[in-house]
Amino acid sequence: MLQFLQLVASGIAQGCIYGLIALGFVLIYKATEAVSFAQGDLMMLGGFIGLATTVVMGLPFWIAFLATLIVMLLVGMLLERAVLRPLLGHPSFTVVMVTIGIGFLARGLVTMIPFWGTETHVLPVPYRDEIVRLGGEGADGGLILSMEHVVVIAVTALLMAVLYLLFKHTKIGIAMKATSQNQLAAFYMGIPVRRINMLVWGIAAAVAACAGLLLAPITFVHANMGFVGLKAFPAAVIGGFGSIPGALVGGLIIGVVEMLSGFYLPEGFKDIAAYVVVLIMLVVKPTGLFGENLSKRV
Amino acid sequence: MRFLFKTHYQQDIRLFKHGGQVFWYSALALALLAAPWLLPDYWVSQFVFIWIYAIVSLGLMLLIGFTGQVSIGHAAFLAMGAYTEGYLYSLGWPFALSLVFSALVAGITGIIVGLPALRVKGMYLAIATLAFGFIVEEAVTRADGITGGNSGMLVGSLEVFGLPIDSEQRMYYLCLFLLALVVLGVMNLLRSPTGRAFVAIRDSEISAQSMGINLAYYKTTAFALSAAITGIAGALYAHKLRFLSPEQFTFLQSIELLIILVVGGVGSIYGAIFGAAFWIIVQQLIVLAKDWLPPAIGQQTGLQPTIFGIILIAFILFEPMGLYGRWLKIRTYFQLFPFYRKGMFRRQKSYMKSERMK
Repeated sequence: MLQFLQLVASGIAQGCIYGLIALGFVLIYKATEAVSFAQGDLMMLGGFIGLATTVVMGLPFWIAFLATLIVMLLVGMLLERAVLRPLLGHPSFTVVMVTIGIGFLARGLVTMIPFWGTETHVLPVPYRDEIVRLGGEGADGGLILSMEHVVVIAVTALLMAVLYLLFKHTKIGIAMKATSQNQLAAFYMGIPVRRINMLVWGIAAAVAACAGLLLAPITFVHANMGFVGLKAFPAAVIGGFGSIPGALVGGLIIGVVEMLSGFYLPEGFKDIAAYVVVLIMLVVKPTGLFGENLSKRV
Repeated sequence: MRFLFKTHYQQDIRLFKHGGQVFWYSALALALLAAPWLLPDYWVSQFVFIWIYAIVSLGLMLLIGFTGQVSIGHAAFLAMGAYTEGYLYSLGWPFALSLVFSALVAGITGIIVGLPALRVKGMYLAIATLAFGFIVEEAVTRADGITGGNSGMLVGSLEVFGLPIDSEQRMYYLCLFLLALVVLGVMNLLRSPTGRAFVAIRDSEISAQSMGINLAYYKTTAFALSAAITGIAGALYAHKLRFLSPEQFTFLQSIELLIILVVGGVGSIYGAIFGAAFWIIVQQLIVLAKDWLPPAIGQQTGLQPTIFGIILIAFILFEPMGLYGRWLKIRTYFQLFPFYRKGMFRRQKSYMKSERMK
């Protein structure tokens, strides 16, 4: 039983990462109806920028964390302005392909940084190798969680709270909600739709960077860490593609299922568990847990 | 300039619209038939890859470009075809039979993958195919009794009706022949009611349905045909490389196929072939460029993804119709010679169309 709880706990931590990446997809999808395949690579970029700010520039970790988020916010906005905005009104397949291109470019460019890009790096975090015990004392007493996992869960919760407040109480958040519901109507009401879209891309990139920084102490920073992003698609679909809490719940489900199947099922199931779950979900309930109606206009 | 006066409906669906086309296509056919004698072996071998990739792209084009169903897991069908061929070949089946069987196996898998397409569309379908691609990749790795797992599978040299395909030249002719068959097949399909139904589904599912098109049937057919064509290419791929391992059929391979389509031009048969040729040639150019670039740049592993990323983004932003669109512009320029205008192919301003009900 304890073992089961232990697995669920680490599954939840991993699921938070999936959830954060999925959150990026969902934000972008809600605002612009485009699906970004670059989210995982933005996460990787975030990891590397975090590395640059902590190791090269020597900033304290939490300041570097904030600096990375701000840099990635700008990167996301720049991407929207330079690449995505000219494609406004194109079919979603085009946008998907362009984000795949961005992903390739990001991965290629990072790999080309001399002496750096091809290596695997350790992000020095202040909470490394610490352990948190929950419940009983002693060797076999309570639940043991590594500090890395606890920080992942805590920061995710914090981030969700911030986003919730942003969408609920700030003018800009409400403008984003309006834009995602009906762009034209929002435009007529005087909301600067383009700037809002730009900001959404920025926030999505920052959230991805946050996921990257949180994942870094667990899996290290390397150019291919962005492929984790592919498992965030199932997370987003399970939650329902247009739902922000859904993304997190989907992520958690994927994380836990993956952990459990890695332990209880034969070897190999861990890697495809997420995809099996999403296929079942698509057959049973294509709109996802919190999804809206899928019907399409003619 | 040429004016076609149509006096019969049959003229609309002719394969060759006028004598000029017959002449130029015959010339092209002759050039392609002569190529293996004139080119060095290395380039003949690259051409074989182009033909194989062209077959795959045609399969994918049928699905994405003509039926509007996005698949991000097409490498799975390639794997199905390749491994079926490899396995049947090791059992000693004749090539003609095992090729058909590979296409069948891939096609049946296509039907299975197409099933979610009946309920989901757009991005959801893409993610379903993505998931399927990963599952097949893992299955291929684990089923090491048949596929050899991670250590790979060796495929013997080919023999067609008693004729050993032991040189690049013979492989070239075999692949070219099959490509020609597939191109003709797809062209014929597209002028048949089935093909028209595909295009109608692409343009608007609801309109197609209102016109009495059975969405379930045609979507499944599209998936099956696309997968079967990809399976044929997979079989050739197996014999070309003579070694199969799961790393050849990853998610990245599926993405490469999509890039080929976008670079070639989505929605045209030319596009599939142009894209495949471009893809192979660019890869060769990168290999060549590595030799004379300074080693600090040339030896970078990141060079290839960077170039692919730039090419992909540049094509989408500046030439959304791909190489085919460029070809169309050049051809029109010469056809209309002094009268070509700059804005001729300018797209109409388009606005975001919502897929939501609200």
